[in-house]
Amino acid sequence: MNASSLSTASTAGQNLSAHPDSTSGPIGVARLLPPARITLWPEHQRYYGPVLPTSAPSLADLVRASGLRGRGGAGFPTATKIDAVASGGGRPRGAVVVANCCEGDPTARKDRVLITRAPHLVIDGALVAASAVGADRVVFAVHQGSRSGSTLRAALAERGAAATAVSVVEVPHRFVASEASALVRFLNTGDARPLGRLAPVWESGVDGRPTLVDNAETLAQLALIARFGERWFRSVGSPEEPGTALVTVGGAVPRPGVVEIGTGTTIRTILAAAGASPTGWALIGGLAGRWVDLAVIATTRFTTADLAAAGAVRGVGSIIVLPTNGCLLTETARVLHHLADSGARQCGPCIFGLPAIAADMSALAAGDRMALTRLRRRLPTIDRRGACAHPDGAVAVAASALTVLGGPESSHLRQHLSHHGCRAAAPVVPLGVVNPTRAVSR
Amino acid sequence: MNARSDNGVVLTVDPIACRAHGLCAEELPEGISLDEWGYPILPSRPLSRKLLRRAKSAAAACPVLALRVSRSRG
Repeated sequence: MNASSLSTASTAGQNLSAHPDSTSGPIGVARLLPPARITLWPEHQRYYGPVLPTSAPSLADLVRASGLRGRGGAGFPTATKIDAVASGGGRPRGAVVVANCCEGDPTARKDRVLITRAPHLVIDGALVAASAVGADRVVFAVHQGSRSGSTLRAALAERGAAATAVSVVEVPHRFVASEASALVRFLNTGDARPLGRLAPVWESGVDGRPTLVDNAETLAQLALIARFGERWFRSVGSPEEPGTALVTVGGAVPRPGVVEIGTGTTIRTILAAAGASPTGWALIGGLAGRWVDLAVIATTRFTTADLAAAGAVRGVGSIIVLPTNGCLLTETARVLHHLADSGARQCGPCIFGLPAIAADMSALAAGDRMALTRLRRRLPTIDRRGACAHPDGAVAVAASALTVLGGPESSHLRQHLSHHGCRAAAPVVPLGVVNPTRAVSR
Repeated sequence: MNARSDNGVVLTVDPIACRAHGLCAEELPEGISLDEWGYPILPSRPLSRKLLRRAKSAAAACPVLALRVSRSRG
């Protein structure tokens, strides 16, 4: 394997000194994850160096030239988002930056590892973003009772007063709550359900102000770009989607954890860092991701475009590997039931469609051949018909299961349909807290 | 499709507001069908402008005003 393209979060801590090259930025791919936790503010400044004040327009240019894309799931160009909020921020009242530190998808752990390792980097990034869009308020959204919340609070307290009003807000443990419009709605009203696609948050978000919602990893990348520049940022990773990325590898692997990779590293190399080889099935991109046959996708590079071309999705950057005797049908049914339970229950496709396809997948696992027909009919009628992307993700993960089952391992599906069942290992896909979203009574 | 089609009728539904009354599909069966739970499935392409008046009455028929009608821009 290409050792230089990986940095694992399980690396033992070393004594920290100033970074060997703190004026030009870290060399290699260990950028976001320092060798040991850096929670103290002076230590953070010694290691990464100070963020030099930059004017807002030049910061936006810098981000555009860096080619940074959002790391929360959608992979949207960060500069485009900054521009949209900055132009909306021309109004009398300033914009708001929301740092999404919730990591709502239970298959991913990268943001909480990042916040544990380098909380000040995420804070730096949020403040840099605030100056880029003209925001006078920054909100760190964390899950209720999470360690990320206490870590960020301690780090913020240590930095002392700032010109920007900064707060840490705890949001309920709900899958849809990490959706940008749901976060904004929660901050405004206490109701954590998505708002729908009619009201873009970059125009009218928190308190009706233009709002930039960015994921924790995206902000940490921003903090480094502001320090070391776009040429440094682009010196690692694939040219079309440069830099490093945090990937969570879990499931049946010898060394589960979070790795920092140069974008464009192959699936095979990423798995090797977790002590695994590319065989069997895996869920890539989160609960709303895609099932893949690892042997087929082994040489695919971990970029948004290459994963999409291979029928996968980058999503939240997680790879959950099934054991060799794992069952794709049982796992998918479990994921679908979870997604049905954790939806916002606002739209028809979510209220009726998701429970229906979850039941179909369970029936298929129980040997009901007609369930396959029902799924093929229902999946397209649910896709893209909700107010948010929650049902679309469920449809995509279900459809990918059917595709992969029709591949080289189709004997597994036949086994189920002939009622021989399967002696599968216990499910490995983490589902997190199951907590149906309901309207908050006020 | 001819060049005139870019001036067609575009239907959008607010999926949060929609309560599956199904009246829109009765008013405009050429453009709107219902899924198995009674929620409208809208055409993926703009409808002919000849259907504009009927589309407007479909929108007006919705008890919760979840259906919107607009013209596609050329």
